Amino acid sequence: MKRRSFLLSLFLTVFTLSAACGVRADQRLVHSERSLYREVLVYENGDVRCMCFTRHCRVGRQSCMDTRHPDRIVMGYPKMMLGALFLNPAPQSVLIIGLGGGTIPRTLRQLLPETLIDVVEIDPAVVRVAARYFGFTAGYKTRVIETDGRVYVKRALRGTQRYDLIVLDAFDHEYIPEHLLTQEFLQEVKSLLAPGGVLTANTFSSSGLYEHESVTYAKVFEKFYNLKRENRVIITKLSALPDEQQLRTTAQQFSGSFDRYGFKAAELLPLFTQERDWDPGARVLTDQYSPANLLNLER
Amino acid sequence: MAVELLGGRLLAPTFGSSIYVWGAIITVFMLALSLGYLAGGRYSMLTPSVRRLGVILIIAALTVVPLLLFAEPMLDALSLAVPDPRFGSLLSAVALFFVPTFFSGMVSPYAVRLLVQDRNSSGRHAGQLYFVSTFGSAAGTLLTSFYLVLWLEVNQILLGLLLISVAIGACAWLVHAPRNEID
Repeated sequence: MKRRSFLLSLFLTVFTLSAACGVRADQRLVHSERSLYREVLVYENGDVRCMCFTRHCRVGRQSCMDTRHPDRIVMGYPKMMLGALFLNPAPQSVLIIGLGGGTIPRTLRQLLPETLIDVVEIDPAVVRVAARYFGFTAGYKTRVIETDGRVYVKRALRGTQRYDLIVLDAFDHEYIPEHLLTQEFLQEVKSLLAPGGVLTANTFSSSGLYEHESVTYAKVFEKFYNLKRENRVIITKLSALPDEQQLRTTAQQFSGSFDRYGFKAAELLPLFTQERDWDPGARVLTDQYSPANLLNLER
Repeated sequence: MAVELLGGRLLAPTFGSSIYVWGAIITVFMLALSLGYLAGGRYSMLTPSVRRLGVILIIAALTVVPLLLFAEPMLDALSLAVPDPRFGSLLSAVALFFVPTFFSGMVSPYAVRLLVQDRNSSGRHAGQLYFVSTFGSAAGTLLTSFYLVLWLEVNQILLGLLLISVAIGACAWLVHAPRNEID
């Protein structure tokens, strides 16, 4: 009898805990594989398929796809990052650091059929899962390089290839590669940009890290556009930043072409701001000082 | 252990923070420590003294100095020379950490020789020494990874560790106790 009530209370505890953790019955695990770095999980909820690095996607989703309309961009931040095209509508070469489900390279591939696209991803398991479940593979003028982002940038600097657009999308909510957030790294990325090149980075909008990250970008790039929704997306350019009028003009080129991705180019425009809403006295992140994950714990 | 943790930080900009970079660092530390233990044990056979122990500590600290001054150019040169990131990081870990870790490894067996007075108490002394050194490693690891990296730069932490080592070495030198009399 005692044993039974113990089991019952155990069951109730587990049930309450799982409910508290937001485990959703309608979320179905489609695939999971362990890699050197993490567990790569694919969940489906109705028509939406997501790649997550934590069980039940508790700490945020990496990348999502609408299985019925694969072109539709489900998450908010890749749309914001496409706003980088308003600063240069026709990049000849693009470097993307961090693959995830491949939303951004897939979309850019369609928008820019003749552009060279290099994607750097550290985790071979992510590359496999992106190919199998998210329809992204290397191909014509699209390369996938399996290595650490910083190692790739350092190597590339010794060669001649420079990029018209660099996309930094290597962070998730749970763990940040701290060497990809420092002043030295951003300086290296800046050197890898072709003249007039554009950089866009998916970063953090809350937590103590926001201030530090903002001053670090400001130190290397001086001016940038700061787009905020659930994430914060930084967009900047090597030469002078275009003003809002110029942005609007360029955005018109995309007025029809973003429709198939489920949003309007014009809806991004109000997000472009250069307002500096951070503490300018925050400490700059460097290779010597980069406790990004600890700073991300501070609210 | 604190230096080992910071070693990961030093190598990350050049080689990334992949699992093999950590593998390279841990391998080199273990290898250097094991050879240091052998050498320390050997050296304790020749007229051991607290002063000499102090000298070992000071040498161990001073061999960290090149790391503070030249780590970056050294890492850049090595990553150029050895493009494979696994062997590049292994070679870099040898170049940066082998010598200081080797001398640190000499300390424990040498100190055992100084502490042990007779065979009966030798186990107890060795146990105490293991306790102090391993407990110190645990404390250093926790303090460094939870707090110090939030307050200080990597090189400042290394410099702090170096100064502590020199201070202890200097104390041992000044105390100048005749051998076998400390406990």
